Amino acid sequence: MPRTHITTVINGDETEFLTEDSTSLLNALRDDVGLTGAKEGCGTGDCGACSILVDDRVNCACLMFAPEADGTVIVTVEGLADSGELHPLQQCFLEGAALQCGICTPGFLMAAKALLDKNPDPTETEIRYALAGNLCRCTGYDKIIRAVQEAAREMRGQ
Amino acid sequence: MKYVAPSSVEEAASLLSSSPSAQVFAGATDVVPQIRAGRPAPDVLVDLKKIKELVALNSDGEKWTVGAATPTAYLTEDEAFSHEFPGLSEAAGLIGSDQIQNRSSLGGNLCNASPAADSVPAMVVNEVRAVVAGPNGTRVLDVSEVVTGPGQTALDDDEFIVEFEIDKMPSRSGDAYLRMIPRTEMDIAVVGAGARVTLADDGSIEQAVLALGAVAPTVVRIPDAEQALVGSTADEETLNAVAAAASEACDPIDDKRGTVEYRKQVAGVLAKRAVVIAIERAEQRNGKN
Repeated sequence: MPRTHITTVINGDETEFLTEDSTSLLNALRDDVGLTGAKEGCGTGDCGACSILVDDRVNCACLMFAPEADGTVIVTVEGLADSGELHPLQQCFLEGAALQCGICTPGFLMAAKALLDKNPDPTETEIRYALAGNLCRCTGYDKIIRAVQEAAREMRGQ
Repeated sequence: MKYVAPSSVEEAASLLSSSPSAQVFAGATDVVPQIRAGRPAPDVLVDLKKIKELVALNSDGEKWTVGAATPTAYLTEDEAFSHEFPGLSEAAGLIGSDQIQNRSSLGGNLCNASPAADSVPAMVVNEVRAVVAGPNGTRVLDVSEVVTGPGQTALDDDEFIVEFEIDKMPSRSGDAYLRMIPRTEMDIAVVGAGARVTLADDGSIEQAVLALGAVAPTVVRIPDAEQALVGSTADEETLNAVAAAASEACDPIDDKRGTVEYRKQVAGVLAKRAVVIAIERAEQRNGKN
């Protein structure tokens, strides 16, 4: 099977990889690039565990074919922390116990980042809608919502 | 499976006519789940998103043009568009999560040909036209003519939608789309109802277009309800006639989302409410905006 050469920027670094056309971007990230932060839950765009940012928009990596990534700028959960210092969202998830098993967490973090990037002061309702594409079977969501609110406050300097 | 991303409509059209099992896609939000569910993958997947005019949202003052592969998120984010077509914008905003709306498109929502597609009733009431490209150039279809049954369209295998044209909203006109699902977000319509009205100077209804989704093999117009509304002021009696006509226009299925009886009942309620919202919006668009 011929492999296609893809050039992209992932978490700030120019990254090249070879992939088969039918491979999902999620599998390419995990198996070819070695970034295993994004998880496969459903594989059909329902659960959001594979959420990543592609050109600043939150996407399910499982719904993208790897060749579509050519020329894009991608951020995965591995790109959130800055020089070893956790992103406020990560710190607030940790302190607020907004995770239990952790499978959904990378997806929630990326969806929450996409929200806060465009709306630094969201209402609880706006947060709940922005995270509606992410499923968590452990927490009951409440702690996740509180963690996003707390991170938003910190990021606004309050 | 081979992935190709043509950069022009002509290139895409020639790819489709040269490979019989080629399939176009935009956001793949339906294509990927279908392949994963066992539908045979096409030999060639043609990504339409690298064609500039297919990912664009523009108005020339007389009409809007929406590229067929434009993410539906654009329709909710663009303030001018959502101000002019709040019903169509809200319908686009009901399709899946933010993740999905950054990928899903009007072209995909229409050509996937699900009876429950949220954008379709909203496009039908706004009399949106689809510009279809094929090996011999382009042709224009009304959106209401595109879907012929569940999973079936009037497009030939080597045709695809380039863009949608939407005439500007006239003054004293408004649209609305309402959807019933058993939860708040992330579900497939049990019933969807779209309405668009234009008011005469005396406040009575001059024109009305109503359409229902998820209650028949394709989206259905409700001519009896439209006729009842024209010339009226949408008083209680007229609205009850609208609801009755909407229930009557349904030919729904029984499934886990709702029974036939429930869908008919809800179709009437939603049609009535959509008309009321469309009238409120029409009253606010008094010619100045």
